Amino acid sequence: MNTSTPQATTQAAAHALTTSTGERAALINQLRVARGQRARQRRIIIAILSLMVLAVAIASLCLGQTNYSPAQVWQVILGHKVPGASFTVGTLRLPRTAIALVAGLSFGLAGVSFQTLLRNPLASPDVIGISTGASAAAAFAIVILSLSGTVVSVFAIVAGLFIATLIYLLSYKGGAAGTRLILVGIGVAAMLESLISWVLTQAGQWDLQEATRWLTGSLNGSTWAETLPALIALGILGPLLLSQTRYLDSLQMGDDTAAALGTRVERTRILVIMAAVGLISFATAATGPIAFVAFLSGPIASRLIGARGSKLIPAALIGALLVLVADFAGQYLLGTRFPVGVITGVLGAPYLVYLIIRTNRAGGSL
Amino acid sequence: MPPRELAVQDLQVGYGERTIIDGLELAIPSGEITCIVGPNACGKSTLLRSMSRLLRPKTGQVLLDGKDIHRMQPKALAKMLGLLPQNPIAPEGITVADLVGRGRQPHQGLFARWSKDDDAAVAEALEVTNTVELADRPVDELSGGQRQRVWIAMALAQGTETLLLDEPTTFLDVSHQLDVLDLLTDLNRQRGTTVVMVLHDLNLAARYSDHLIALRDGSIRAQGKPEEILTAQVVLEVFGLHCQVIADPSTLKPLILPAGRHHMLEHAGL
Repeated sequence: MNTSTPQATTQAAAHALTTSTGERAALINQLRVARGQRARQRRIIIAILSLMVLAVAIASLCLGQTNYSPAQVWQVILGHKVPGASFTVGTLRLPRTAIALVAGLSFGLAGVSFQTLLRNPLASPDVIGISTGASAAAAFAIVILSLSGTVVSVFAIVAGLFIATLIYLLSYKGGAAGTRLILVGIGVAAMLESLISWVLTQAGQWDLQEATRWLTGSLNGSTWAETLPALIALGILGPLLLSQTRYLDSLQMGDDTAAALGTRVERTRILVIMAAVGLISFATAATGPIAFVAFLSGPIASRLIGARGSKLIPAALIGALLVLVADFAGQYLLGTRFPVGVITGVLGAPYLVYLIIRTNRAGGSL
Repeated sequence: MPPRELAVQDLQVGYGERTIIDGLELAIPSGEITCIVGPNACGKSTLLRSMSRLLRPKTGQVLLDGKDIHRMQPKALAKMLGLLPQNPIAPEGITVADLVGRGRQPHQGLFARWSKDDDAAVAEALEVTNTVELADRPVDELSGGQRQRVWIAMALAQGTETLLLDEPTTFLDVSHQLDVLDLLTDLNRQRGTTVVMVLHDLNLAARYSDHLIALRDGSIRAQGKPEEILTAQVVLEVFGLHCQVIADPSTLKPLILPAGRHHMLEHAGL
């Protein structure tokens, strides 16, 4: 080393140059491997969640006051006549499980979309009054106007969009600010809840089942007629939201950064809000505002996925899992029958309190 | 790639009823570093934001290679013109490599897979900004100076010939401010990137810019080479500040020595 000749120096320089290209290739490879690993981990998490959803769905079809084997359930699904099972599984459990699945996926997907868009876990449609608006409209349509089916969904979605616009306008002050929007939303939600209470007092006879459905959400007495509009909405709006994943993720970095990366900020925002409100409203028209499912799914997905990519699909699956498990627990595990919304409400409320305390400690105004 | 020509024609822009900039004409010199300086609320950020399509002008236009940027596809523009805003937000938990990778968005389709070019661009951006060893770290854990390097790396991964930056040195201590400005100078000298930035610090702007634009009340009061335009008279006119301008002994660039009400010697003549 001490006896370096000019020739050796040249060689060293040449060597440095080749290692530099080699280093570049190694770095590219390192980046590729790390990215592949994160993507693979994300896929594994999604696969496990999907299997869990499937398992709980099958369990909710098979188990209950009378238990049936998966084979018997399969026969019923195929349309064969199985004594006893045809009614219990085919008429009672199948629509119930189907709407639990559809509503759970819809709530989870819509919730995480809102939370990502507004960059705040509190900005979930069931916290800021959109679910409550859809629920109030559905209750009004059913109880006061004696409507049913798709018309109810139309009422719910119009109300959902109206409430979303109202909250947006009320909190608009030179650009919609997150915290103001959430506070306005919580206020609007409270007003709408009193509206639901009023509607329920106008019902011909006080029907407790109906009441719990529109206040906290319930799957009791679910039918295919209620499930179908929500299923179609999920089939159209779900893929639409997923197609916006990249733009939605870019909005997390702030509107300016997103725009600099070529995102059409306003268009993405409007598209995502419309689609998410649509999902929430159709599902709510069928089940009522199942408490806190939209609110909880995103943060849970976020814990699982971390920085491994988009949280939309995992959050949708967690929404489905929450509704299925909560409904099953409410029906069979607690001695008395509880509607699904009571169970998810018990799970969600402490988290809401925790979030508010945490933001307070962090010095946030909310 | 020939350098892009960025120009502003008869620009009128503002927020709501309020007009901030009225009838501004400007041609950004290609392949040079341009700094925009001026007192608070003079419209410098507004000018930068309208040059990058974040604000729609009331009248007039911003031209890139003679084409109105508001008539271009956002994605096509994002491949030519990069912008680092003042307060970008890092998504929670995101790693440096992933954040830098976000800069590739305009090069990727709606569902398109990540390509070899994307990895190469990210690798190069990490190398140039000296953030390779941070690649797998979460951005939340980085210091302010490191974070700013990472954001610049993201803007670089975007692969644009023109880069606009809104106060890239705010919240950084002095050594990191120089660090960031040296990095931008490297980019300009080695790759010919046209750099346009808003800077608060007049002395840093004087040292690092090839072309200096002094803005007040939404109009350009002086522009040109810092050593030619930066006089005590201009500083007084633009900032309302009495000062002495000397040649910085280590760079020979103009150095502003501001006058205050205290500590001034009588023979200073201010």
